[in-house]
Order: sequence, then C-alpha cells, then structure tokens
Amino acid sequence: MIPELGNFALMLAAVVAVMQGVLPIAGTLVRNPQTQITLQSLARPTAALQFVLVAFAFGALAASFLNNDFSVLYVSQHSNSLLPKPYQFAAVWGGHEGSLLLWVLLLSLWTVAVAVFSRSLPLDMVARVIGVLGLISVGFLLFILTTSNPFERLLPAALDGKDLNPLLQDPGLVIHPPMLYMGYVGMAVAFAFAVSALMSGRLDAAWARWSRPWTVVAWTFLTFGIGLGSWWAYYELGWGGWWFWDPVENASLMPWLVGTALIHSLMVTEKRGSFKAWTVLLAIAAFSLSLLGTFLVRSGVLTSVHAFASDPKRGVFVLIFLAVVVGASLTLFAWRAPRVALGGRMELVSRESFLLANSVLLVVATAAVLLGTIYPLIIDALNMGKLSVGPPYFNAVFAPLLVPTVFLMVPGSVARWRDANVRDIAFKLRWTFAGALVLAVLLPFVLGGWSLGAAFGLFLGCWVALGTAQQVIERVGKPGRIGASFWGQHIAHFGMAVLVIGITGVKCYEVERDVRMQIGDVVTIAPYTFRLNSLDEVRGPNYKAVRADVQVLRDDKVIEILQPEKRRYFSSAMAMTEAGIDSGFMRDLYVSLGEPLDDARTEWSMRVYYKPFVPWLWGGVLLMVLGGVLAALDRRYRK
Amino acid sequence: MKKVLIPLVLFIGLVVFLAVGLKRDPREIPSPLIGKPAPEFSLFTLEGDTKFSPADMQGKVWLLNVWATWCVACREEHPVLVAFSEKNQVPIVGLSYKEIQPQDPAYKSPFDDKLKLARERSQVWLKRHGNPYVTSVMDLDGRVGINYGVYGVPETYVIDKAGVIRYKFVGAVTPALLAEKILPLIAELNKS
Repeated sequence: MIPELGNFALMLAAVVAVMQGVLPIAGTLVRNPQTQITLQSLARPTAALQFVLVAFAFGALAASFLNNDFSVLYVSQHSNSLLPKPYQFAAVWGGHEGSLLLWVLLLSLWTVAVAVFSRSLPLDMVARVIGVLGLISVGFLLFILTTSNPFERLLPAALDGKDLNPLLQDPGLVIHPPMLYMGYVGMAVAFAFAVSALMSGRLDAAWARWSRPWTVVAWTFLTFGIGLGSWWAYYELGWGGWWFWDPVENASLMPWLVGTALIHSLMVTEKRGSFKAWTVLLAIAAFSLSLLGTFLVRSGVLTSVHAFASDPKRGVFVLIFLAVVVGASLTLFAWRAPRVALGGRMELVSRESFLLANSVLLVVATAAVLLGTIYPLIIDALNMGKLSVGPPYFNAVFAPLLVPTVFLMVPGSVARWRDANVRDIAFKLRWTFAGALVLAVLLPFVLGGWSLGAAFGLFLGCWVALGTAQQVIERVGKPGRIGASFWGQHIAHFGMAVLVIGITGVKCYEVERDVRMQIGDVVTIAPYTFRLNSLDEVRGPNYKAVRADVQVLRDDKVIEILQPEKRRYFSSAMAMTEAGIDSGFMRDLYVSLGEPLDDARTEWSMRVYYKPFVPWLWGGVLLMVLGGVLAALDRRYRK
Repeated sequence: MKKVLIPLVLFIGLVVFLAVGLKRDPREIPSPLIGKPAPEFSLFTLEGDTKFSPADMQGKVWLLNVWATWCVACREEHPVLVAFSEKNQVPIVGLSYKEIQPQDPAYKSPFDDKLKLARERSQVWLKRHGNPYVTSVMDLDGRVGINYGVYGVPETYVIDKAGVIRYKFVGAVTPALLAEKILPLIAELNKS
C-alpha cells in the first residue's frame, strides 16, 4: 500500500509541477493586470505543494526500504534484511531510480527555498524563476514515471534483497550523492534566474545580485560533494589514488569549473554591469553541464566505474530533455542577448579584465575536459575506431590551463576596478612574489629532493597563500567593518593554495611499494618501517573479512597499528578493500590488502604507500567550502 | 553570422554526436580476427578422450561460446543458450576457458589430474544448468583463448562454412541479440 501511495504522490507532483511551470509564466505574458497577479501568485503555493508531494513519495520509498519490503523491485535490488539500518535508508539513493527521486526532492527543496527567500524580489521575477524550476521538475518527474519508477512491484516478492552495492556501504558515499546533487540542482536555480532575466529582457545588476548567493551556495555544495567523492575513492578503492579522470568525475568537475567562473563573473556584472551576456551564458552552461553529466552517467554511452545499468530508453529520454532545455535556453539567449546594453567600460588592465581572463581560462579548461570525456564517443560515432582517453591527456591539457588561472588569482583580487596599473600591482606584490619564489626554491630540499615541477607547483601555491595573507593583513589594518564575503573570498582562495600545494606534494614525493608479504615481513619507506604482524578472520554484519595487523615503526618505536581489510560481502561475490590509513598533518601512511598469493592465504600482495600532503587536499577543499559558506552568509544578501 | 548563435550551433553539434553515440555500445570491442580464419587448435573434449579442432566443423556455420563454471555472467547467459540450442538452428561448441583458476588448490597439480577435475566440475555444472553444446573443449591453460583474443568470459564467435570468424560478442548473449543480430547473420551465411 505504501509504495502505491508514493507512486500516486509522484503522479500528483508531476501534475502540480506542470501547473507550477505553466501558470506563473503565463501570468507574466497576459495583459489583464488582475489575471497577471492571480496567476503569478500561484508560483509559491504550487512550489510548496510539489515539495510536499515529492517528499511524501521519497518518504514512502524510504519506508519501503526500512520495512524490508522486497515486493518492491527497486528495494529488492538495492537492499537486504542484514543491511544495517542507516545503510537501508541510504540505499534509497543507491541506484538509478531512487537517486533520480532524490534529485527531484532536492530540486523542489531548492524551489521552496527560492519561494521563501525571495520576499525582496518583484513578483513577476519570482513567477518566472519558480516557473522555470517547475518545468525542469516536470522533465525529471516524467523521466522517473515513464522509464525509472522506483515503486514498481515485484511479483512474487523476493525472499531477500540483493543488497546494496558494497562499494556504497560507506559513510562517505552515503552523503556524497546528496551533496553533489545539491550542487547540480543548485545550478538549476542560477539557470532559472538567468533564463528569467532573458525572458523579461531585464538583464541588469539586480539580476546578478539575486543570483549570487544561490550560485555560491550551489558551488559550495558541489565543491563539498566532489571532495567527498575523491576522499572516498582514496580510502575505499584501495589504489591510493584520489582522482581518476573518470567520465563521471569529469561530469562533476565541468559544472564546478564553469560554476567557479560564474560566481566571479556575476560579481563583475553586479558591481560594474559588464559581461552580462557572458555571465548569462555561464549560468546556462553550468546547469547544461550538470544535465550532460546526468546523460553521460545514465545512458551508458561511456564506460565508467560508476556504471549504472544502461537502458537505451533512458538515454533517449535524457538526450531529448537535454536538447529541449539547453536548446531552448540557448535560442532564447541568441534572441535576447544582442539587445542587452553593454555595461561600464573597462580598461585593458583592471579587476574586470583579470576576472574575464580567468573565466575564459576556466571555460577553456572545461572545454578540454569535455572534449577528452566525449572524444571516444565522437570517434566511434564517426566510425573511426574505438579508443579511450586517459589521465595523460587530461594532465597534459588541464595543468597548463590551470597554472595561469591560479597565478591570476592574486593580481586579480589586488587590481582596482575599472582601471588598474600593471606597475602599481607589480610594486604592491613584489615582496609576495619574492617570498613565494624563495620558498619554492628552498622547500623542495626540505621535502625530499629538488625538481622543477615541485618548485613550480610550490611557487604557485605559496604565491596564492602569501598574496591572500597580504590582502587580509592590509584590510584588517584599515578601519571599517569587514563583511563575511571578504573572509569568504580569502579563505576560499587560501583553500585553493593549500590544494595546489597538496597536489604538488603528492605528485612529486609519494612513494609507492607494491610488495608480497607474509606474517613477519617488513617493508621500509624511510623513516617508516611497516611490519605485517598477523592476519585474522573477522565478521561484520553482512560480510566476512580478512584483517591484517600492520605495525608502523619509526626509530624502532611503534607509532601506529594499521588494520587494512579485505571484505567479502555475503550477498555478492565482490571483494572490497578497506585501506588502513594513518593521517598526520604532513602525510598519510597507507596500507591496503591486494590478493592472497597462495592457497593457505598466508602470503598477500600488499600496497604500502607513503603519501605526503594528502591531508592538505581535504583541508584545501574544506577551506573552500568554508569560504563558500561565509560568502553566502554575507549581510548584503539578507534583505 | 551572429556571435550569439555560436553556443547554440556548438550545442546542436554535440547533441548530434550524443544521439549517434547512444546507438553504439562502448563495450562492443572490435576484434581484428573478424574476417580472418578462426585460429586452429586441437583440444581434448569434455566428453572423453577425443580431440576437437575447428577443421571438424568445415562446411557448417557454427558458434563458439567461451564459458567456465566460475563465471558469474555465464550463469545468466546459460538459460538463453540452452533455449536457443533446443531449436537446433546452429551447432554451439563450448570452449571451457581456464576452468582451474590460479587461486585454486588444484592449480599446480599435473595436467591429467587437472583435466579430470575440470571435466568433473564442468559436467556437474552442465547437468544442473542444461547443456547447449554439441561438444565442449577444455582450454585449461588458456592458450587457445589467447589466440582468439578472449577479453572476458563469456564470449561468443560466429564462424562460417569456410572457417572464417564473422562476428564476435563479449558478454552475456541476450535473446534480443540472438534474434536481431546472430540469427540473421547465420541465415545469410547459410545461404552462401
């Protein structure tokens, strides 16, 4: 009964979404002022009603999971009676159908947030924004109802479920999808604002001011979601890698890059009234890339570690939806953009020009990632063979584009608006530059060997870190209240510096040993010695595991005992690796179990890694998230 | 040409590629062996001390299906093959691929013991799940598999009357694939 109610709520939600998408927008087109107000006022209540209905459907699915209702096909495919309760709940978004439902739930949540926090906006703008979000919701609800219904029954019911994919039975992965989706869906709000502005023909500073906090919040969630995914891959996949240039990772990186360009471009549009067309295009692109990511993941056109079961019908639906949404918005753009008045003038050297250069670089980097991601598909479509594009391409193309982007972060935030002077900027930053240069030359000796790559990466990181510090110190020395967005900007920039230093450190100084070990064997990565003490069988709630006890010694003293595991889940033959990691401020010690090499399972292949600076990666991401939160909390936006 | 139309044009181009890409399967791996004679071999069969070689099938269109009892996807594919074989449209020869895996305790035992064990296991498995094969050959060390470029088990090859490989499919065969691709191909090959 509960699943049927959920299904019914979802159908009603689709009907309400159509009303939410059509009526308020119609209200902006009719002549009669009374009808205008009546129709436009429907935006908020329909958004609220849609949210209630979708939340009910989501609750019904969650209840089916928690009740172990294996007569629901989706539950039987993604849960098991032995699965711990928290994971039974998280299993709601453990597969294609449920994760789409989560998508729609978050979209309607964002819509309600817009409805609540838009008191200062003119009614016609609210009507358009909520209307556009309603239309997007219609698309996704139809997608769920026609091709991916999570409430489909299984008759006769299964005795027990197939269990949640063991890879997903992990706290990191429980919150990774919701965070990432909050980011993707948040970009829909920025998109809705941009499209509404195009519809109204009023592409002005007010539009940019309204969009900014929403975009910053979406960016913050996206940053956190991507960081979580990377962190999870690092400790759960057992290879010690944290970024694989997998198509699905790229699908999340592309909206992030464009979103980063967008929050900076919005600032220029708000402050100076320039780049309006460019900013609108970025807003459309950020959401389009989120949709494209959905298409790439759900249609199975590319092979990926995130392979969801591919179904051609789904691919066709998402592609049509993508074509309609993006095609319509780009047509609207081509129609309206030429009429947009040019903003304030800018000189060749000014904060505007630095920000424009940065956003162009970010867009080019996005294009490079996009090309690498879909290149195999294009080559196949042209009948030119099968191939795959690997990390060497991405590293070779992406790094050179990011280097100038990161470098420009400092002069960009020092330069004056409208008209700046290169000599002034250079003069102001001369000590920062020299300091970064000295650190870049000296630090590699301390870290374990000089190389040009290490010095270069460290220079960039130190340059941004010192440049940020310099600006903060100067500002604190001056009178006047400092806004939260100031701190947000500089903390996020500092996070980027930490991330750049972290990446450089890992890439240049990691030591990886793939060895065979028996009990008592020792591996040394100076100054650490790893000794395999014992191998034990342990039992979890729904798996059995071999757990290794690895002592880490330094100067003959035990500093840590690592316990990597190789788990075998009852419900699937899949073996899962749980790495044993000791995190310090400067480094991780990483041990993971490979495969048993003999019948008695006493000799194992093991990965023993020394990973310097890995904690800096997560630290950098967290600082960026903190920066985003502070920027969104700025008082200016709370009116 | 107006600048503002550039994004739309680029996007339309992208959609065209995506639409074409949707019809392709990224897992469909082209084999350099297609159109080439099937590599020759002579292996013991599952049933007894006779040997089988592709030359025995000269003049017939036949399928070579790579399988193993340890292969999970084969279990999914097997009922499809059994149902298909009951229609007697084309002989299917099984290639039992590396039945004894390296982590198996019996891996290091002498060849004859391994062959005996592999036969026992395979026969039990076929009795339980049904036997679609006219015969099955034992590729214990996987050398024949290497010659055929076996990429993952299960795999299926269509070989024509002259002994030339016409089609290769990696993964579990589905009824749709049989009906839409393999049967029409067999009909065409039987005509010539």
